[in-house]
Amino acid sequence: MTTKLFGEPVRRREDARLIVGKGRYLDDIGHQALAAAFVRSPHAHARITDIDVEPALDVEGLIAIYTYDDLTGPMAEPLPVLIPHPQLTEPRTNYPLARDVVRHVGEAVVMVIATDRYVAEDAAERILVSYEELPVVVGVDAAVEAKAAVHDDVPDNVAARHRQETGDVEPVLAASPHTLSFTQYIERSASMPMEGKGVHAKWDADDRSLRVYTSTQASTSVRAAVAAKLDLSLDRVEVIAPDVGGGFGVKIVHPWPEELLIPMAAIALQAEVKWAEDRREHFISSAHERQQRQDITVGYDDEGRITALDVHVLHDNGAYTPYGIIVPIITATQLVGPYVIPVYRVQVDSVYTNTVIVTPYRGAGRPQACYAMERTMDRIADELGLDRAVVRERNLIQPDQFPYDHQLTFQDGRPVIYDSGDYPGLVDKLKALVGWDEASRLRDDAAARGKHLGIGMALYVEGTGPGPYEGGHVQVLGSGKVLVSTGLTSQGQGHETAFAQIVASELGVPIEDVEVTTGDTRRFGYAVGTFASRAAVMSGNAIALAARGVREKALRIAADVLEVDVADLEIDEGLVQVKGVPGSSIPLRTVAVLSNPLRYAFDEAAKQATQFTTHDDSKPPVAEGDAPGLEHRDYYSPLRSTFASGAHAAIVEIDPATWEIEIVKYAVVHDCGNVVNPMIVEGQVQGGVAQGVGGALYERMVYDSDGQLTNASYMDFLMPYSSEVPDVVIDHQTTPSPLNPLGIKGAGEAGVIPGTAAIASAIEDAVGRRITSMPISPTELYDLVRNPDSEKTAVAAGRAGTGVMA
Amino acid sequence: MTSVDTDRTITLTVNGVPREATVPVRRLLSDALRHDLGLTGTHVGCEHGVCGACTVLVDGDPVRSCLLLAVQVDGHQVTTVEGLARDDHQGGQVLHPVQEAFRECHALQCGFCTPGFLTTIAAGLEKRDNAAELTEDEVDDMVGGNLCRCTGYANIKKAVHHANAAMRDGAR
Repeated sequence: MTTKLFGEPVRRREDARLIVGKGRYLDDIGHQALAAAFVRSPHAHARITDIDVEPALDVEGLIAIYTYDDLTGPMAEPLPVLIPHPQLTEPRTNYPLARDVVRHVGEAVVMVIATDRYVAEDAAERILVSYEELPVVVGVDAAVEAKAAVHDDVPDNVAARHRQETGDVEPVLAASPHTLSFTQYIERSASMPMEGKGVHAKWDADDRSLRVYTSTQASTSVRAAVAAKLDLSLDRVEVIAPDVGGGFGVKIVHPWPEELLIPMAAIALQAEVKWAEDRREHFISSAHERQQRQDITVGYDDEGRITALDVHVLHDNGAYTPYGIIVPIITATQLVGPYVIPVYRVQVDSVYTNTVIVTPYRGAGRPQACYAMERTMDRIADELGLDRAVVRERNLIQPDQFPYDHQLTFQDGRPVIYDSGDYPGLVDKLKALVGWDEASRLRDDAAARGKHLGIGMALYVEGTGPGPYEGGHVQVLGSGKVLVSTGLTSQGQGHETAFAQIVASELGVPIEDVEVTTGDTRRFGYAVGTFASRAAVMSGNAIALAARGVREKALRIAADVLEVDVADLEIDEGLVQVKGVPGSSIPLRTVAVLSNPLRYAFDEAAKQATQFTTHDDSKPPVAEGDAPGLEHRDYYSPLRSTFASGAHAAIVEIDPATWEIEIVKYAVVHDCGNVVNPMIVEGQVQGGVAQGVGGALYERMVYDSDGQLTNASYMDFLMPYSSEVPDVVIDHQTTPSPLNPLGIKGAGEAGVIPGTAAIASAIEDAVGRRITSMPISPTELYDLVRNPDSEKTAVAAGRAGTGVMA
Repeated sequence: MTSVDTDRTITLTVNGVPREATVPVRRLLSDALRHDLGLTGTHVGCEHGVCGACTVLVDGDPVRSCLLLAVQVDGHQVTTVEGLARDDHQGGQVLHPVQEAFRECHALQCGFCTPGFLTTIAAGLEKRDNAAELTEDEVDDMVGGNLCRCTGYANIKKAVHHANAAMRDGAR
């Protein structure tokens, strides 16, 4: 029997090309292409009064200059609101090139096409754009103050008020033995993939077709957008995601202005045109996420059990809302985490500011949600003098409560019903892994060394694998090669390997025979995209179903030619075999040839197949309901999302000389159901934790009051190097999802979600001062500790006189 | 036009092969390698010398090719990621131990930053006595100057140990 590769740490097949420099990323394509560069707004809010291109015209190598006035038809209209929602009452999007008003630094105003990028930038810097500056709105508090409006016709700056409630929260709060209220903030960070965005387009005048390569997380949707905006029939457009150098959410947004403008120019100029985003462009013209202000009121009893939770969030959506209110909805619905919340009310006001747009960055509203819920747990524990783990345990949904209906509506419009999980199991494993009960000894040891030590934990539940669908196609060729495709894209998650493992296991073929293609509309036209930890759940299951379809057909054909019952056959190592009868078999590749009644004997496989040919003159060569070829296409469309879960704990040590915060231990317990490839899942968790640590301690987008992003470079935006990322210890728990054939849940975003909450908790534990704003730098921590007005935790008061922080 | 547009012809040895290119004097080495010489394995992540994705070896030392002009390497030896593997004289390639180690240890995900890590670590490991115990400080030196957004670095550090052990045991 073939080793079942599902669940094995199979080495990645994509690595063979990536480690020798043979990956093919966007800017590796089209060396002869013309290059685009953009003139972008230097102002956060301004009216364009004049664009003078005259000085650029004598730049040798200049090909074309485009402004808004050159856009026609659908291109002259605002970009689409991808995901409308009834509560998004004031959606606003920009134009591909700014029309009259710019609303953030970095908004594209002019596109220049030239013979190469150097020349294009020469021309761009000579173009003179005159602006009349307008008042600027930065930050959620300024947005709701509404002294100025980002959009004239939205005077209160509120794009949406998203509200969900599971009952009447106020009487329950009033009747609760205890209540507490607090406000906290979380700052902006960004996906920041190592490869920025990029687009290459080529118009084939003879074929009257357009081929677009784009560094995207959603090639099928880019295709539809390009066709619609450029007035092309869908069949004339193909879009391919080549190797993509990381996404983390920012590349799910589509169409980016450049994804339309570059193809537009390619058609107009009848030439290959390319644009590769530079790092500064990525900072100021792609997308950020995370900034929220959270006002939380919670009711609870003497045991620390929550009675009611009332949350009001101000969510900064930047200057436009092309991605709707997905992030606010996720914050609202994922906030409840692994807990029983008897009555819950949440309102997220999504507000406009003169900053880069806010769209999903790995976690997509969940890190903020987790920060809200978990810091609430910490507050309750502190107020009641209880262990933080105990308070959490008392509020957990129990294993016998699944499926657990939170009475909320998720991002996909489906109910938030948790499919499976074992949350007490997570906490038990986490406490053991991090050494939760030994923390006070560690604290004393650290104090003896003059350091402040603290420990914190955070739990989360993550809705993964939302619909509506993904598809998979599996085809066995006469050569024995198995072609697999799915429309969803890859950005480094190892899909080629994971999907090949699934097919090899389902079909019974050697993995070496399997070739996987993702994100290429020539191979698979229907897809949703790679986001929300959905690739393995959605495409993984679709591909499994497609492989099962191929298997069924192969067995049917083989049973016919071997004159046995289907039930007597098995497929192993690419051979259809009569069980227990060695030698009575037929290779799958021969079955593939037999599946097509037209068999010109081009090759040996076809010649060999002739010995199996059967003639039944009573039937047509292709039976009714059958089709030539050994292939199958199938789709997986889930009833609703699956819910993965996990628990993280951090131990921090703080040096009171420098207030440097060192994470000395970081523990993760992770449950994403059945695992296709544990090596890949651990890699995802490790990478996510690094981003969580970055978000907690280092990364922020520093906008000044004029709306200038003052740290728009890798010099100043502090993305973690290896020196900033702690060693991570990981333990696993497996509660399979009952919702899909493979029993899997998503894993892509998990690692990042609880970082900010767990680390805030640990720092608070270490210094005994309430942490209400994250990320936190050593300077901010120093200011907090030396400020006599800083709120002390009750635990710290209880420790008075026993340690350095007394 | 101004002097920045003056072209120069440079000769250099890239991955052991003598190459000649005529480039504007302002052309970055990264762009010359990628676009003039067609070696796209060297990636550009920030163009201001911070991320290290574009690291190549000039006369054996790691440099950021986005911070050098192509004309500055006239007459020098350049090694890019494409030059780390060796010809096996049988039509194939023998990977550098650090390349093998990256695959073995899952030290890459999207692979965009990988060439910069590979060249930097290969240079670091080749300069040391592989029989001597590899300290974490040495590993941090080899890994600590490059950014990776995918892996969280743990598996990259593991790969450095793995590659050093392979080199100690005779690979290369």
